[in-house]
Amino acid sequence: MMNSFSKIIAVFSLGILLISCGEDAREPNIQYMPNMYEPVGYETYDEVDFLPEGTEAQKPVDNTIMRGWMPYGIENTPEGKEQSRTLNSPLMANDSLSIAENKANGSQLYTIYCAICHGDKGDGKGYLVEREKILGVPSYDDAVRNITVGTTFHTMQYGLNSMGSYASQMNTKEMWQVSQYVMQLKSELTK
Amino acid sequence: MKKTPCRHRISKVLSVSLFIFLLFSAPIFAQDEVASEEEAPTEAANTDQAANPADTEAADVDGDPVAGKQIFNQNCAACHALNRKMTGPALANVETRLQEEEGLGREWLYKWIKNSSGLIASGDAYANEVYNEYNQAAMTAFPTLSNEDIDNVLAYTAEPPKTPPPAADVAGGGAVGAPTGGISNEIVLGALTLIFGLLVVMLFLVNKTLNRIAVANGIVSEKEKTEKRTPLWKAFAQNQFLVLVSVVFLLLGGAYFAYGWMMQIGVDQGYAPIQPIHYSHRIHAGENKIECKYCHSSARVSKHSGIPSLNVCMNCHKSIYQVAEETLEEGKKEYGVDYNKEIKKLYAAVGWDEENQKYTGESQPVEWIRIHNLPDFAYFNHSQHHIVGGIQCQECHGPVEEMEIMYQYSSLTMGWCINCHRETNVKVEGNAYYEKIHEQLEKKYGVETFTAAQMGGIECGKCHY
Repeated sequence: MMNSFSKIIAVFSLGILLISCGEDAREPNIQYMPNMYEPVGYETYDEVDFLPEGTEAQKPVDNTIMRGWMPYGIENTPEGKEQSRTLNSPLMANDSLSIAENKANGSQLYTIYCAICHGDKGDGKGYLVEREKILGVPSYDDAVRNITVGTTFHTMQYGLNSMGSYASQMNTKEMWQVSQYVMQLKSELTK
Repeated sequence: MKKTPCRHRISKVLSVSLFIFLLFSAPIFAQDEVASEEEAPTEAANTDQAANPADTEAADVDGDPVAGKQIFNQNCAACHALNRKMTGPALANVETRLQEEEGLGREWLYKWIKNSSGLIASGDAYANEVYNEYNQAAMTAFPTLSNEDIDNVLAYTAEPPKTPPPAADVAGGGAVGAPTGGISNEIVLGALTLIFGLLVVMLFLVNKTLNRIAVANGIVSEKEKTEKRTPLWKAFAQNQFLVLVSVVFLLLGGAYFAYGWMMQIGVDQGYAPIQPIHYSHRIHAGENKIECKYCHSSARVSKHSGIPSLNVCMNCHKSIYQVAEETLEEGKKEYGVDYNKEIKKLYAAVGWDEENQKYTGESQPVEWIRIHNLPDFAYFNHSQHHIVGGIQCQECHGPVEEMEIMYQYSSLTMGWCINCHRETNVKVEGNAYYEKIHEQLEKKYGVETFTAAQMGGIECGKCHY
């Protein structure tokens, strides 16, 4: 009698063991041939032991220019901001085709990066402002700030007060495209 | 025999003491209730009293705090909070503070708010002091604000902070109520298993006793009678056809399960590691509707979707230093996460000094754990699929905006890639890049639309090179 009892227990525990053998979502699965799966070179964001901070992701070397980015040349100071006021967009004097492209691109990028706070119309009523997560976002037609395409670019480049810099998310051309689009929004607001 | 009455006495004493305990416990609670009821009105009275001075104060400064709040949120809140240093100083009771510490009145504030740089330039001592203390961040001038508007804002800043106790009570009540309301499924399952186990044991014990009784009474059961015949397994073993068939079935079944098990090796579908900083896609992409590409900006332009660097987090979290009360409660209750602590982890990693609103320059890389990882021999490009192909993030990554903990939604196997390439039509309209090839393919296949596979999307060399 005890014999069959212990048998049943054994079957039960085996069953439980099988069930518990399911994948653990916190751990990656096993691989067939890791040396074909794992890269030989250093992967982006890889952890490496010979570089500062132990990570593959490093800042560009001083005095080098990243692809797609141009040196700005104006300092991040209140004076620099005034200086930027008279800047013109280098994309301005282009043919009609690229004007349309700049506009489309600028509007797309604006929706991704700016509209969440500044609002689709640039009136400072983005979704995060409506939800009162971020407050005090000014409208583009604010008379005192009197933004120009240059100051817009300057602000995106360096950030201003609570707003961070967007130079890591867009390249120089894209930032100018967005600046131009912001100007378009401003003119629509002041209409 | 002498001891038994003693035992009885003890149990009696116990039961009597329990009775007495229960008897007294009720009035004790009742008294508590009465006490709390008594306290409540006094509390209310306190808040009333607290509100009264506010009223008098508001009357004092002749401003409307409600209108002031609106103006404050629109114009000031980007750089100022009431009780916390941001880009500019905390503004709670700013007027009384200035009056007491600096002897500056409202006139000074009017001047400062309407044209701070002018005041600084005029050489005003305190204006220069503040300007230098806050990293020479020039305050935007607000000439459009009338004196009345500023009065309203000042009335708002002079208001005492909203009494948090009622909110805390509600939250506390919710927290206490929750565990009694929902017993977790696991506990129920555990209890059921326990009951089932007990039943099995009892069944065996009953069977055993019954057998014993049967043996004692000399009853021979049916089972033992039949045992003289050939046992079933022997009969089975003697029938070769049955053995063959069952072996074939066993092998097929075994092969089926072995194949299934081997096919999932190296597939990480459902992989959801615990990240060093708990980041909720549900809150960011879902509730707050932040674009995926806001953070994963390189998905637009490169192979990688990119793990956002911490400066991207700080774009918002410079101002958002804590989550809303109800979000915090929800996180603690449903996910066991204190979101505010996670924001502090971000500040520690990026080296943000909350007190002084400055970067300390001491940053720590965050060791995010990569979830979606293709083997090294397969090439995949995000911008090609998302920008050129126009495929939405969710098509491969699933409902990310609902994921509290990010997990791998798709299997990311080769079969999965190929399937999509066979089924998905290439978006050629309005894409000059495809114009020529579109024409040629139209002739070749005689079709209007064609899939990625027809364009060579399942050639080995497309992804393996």
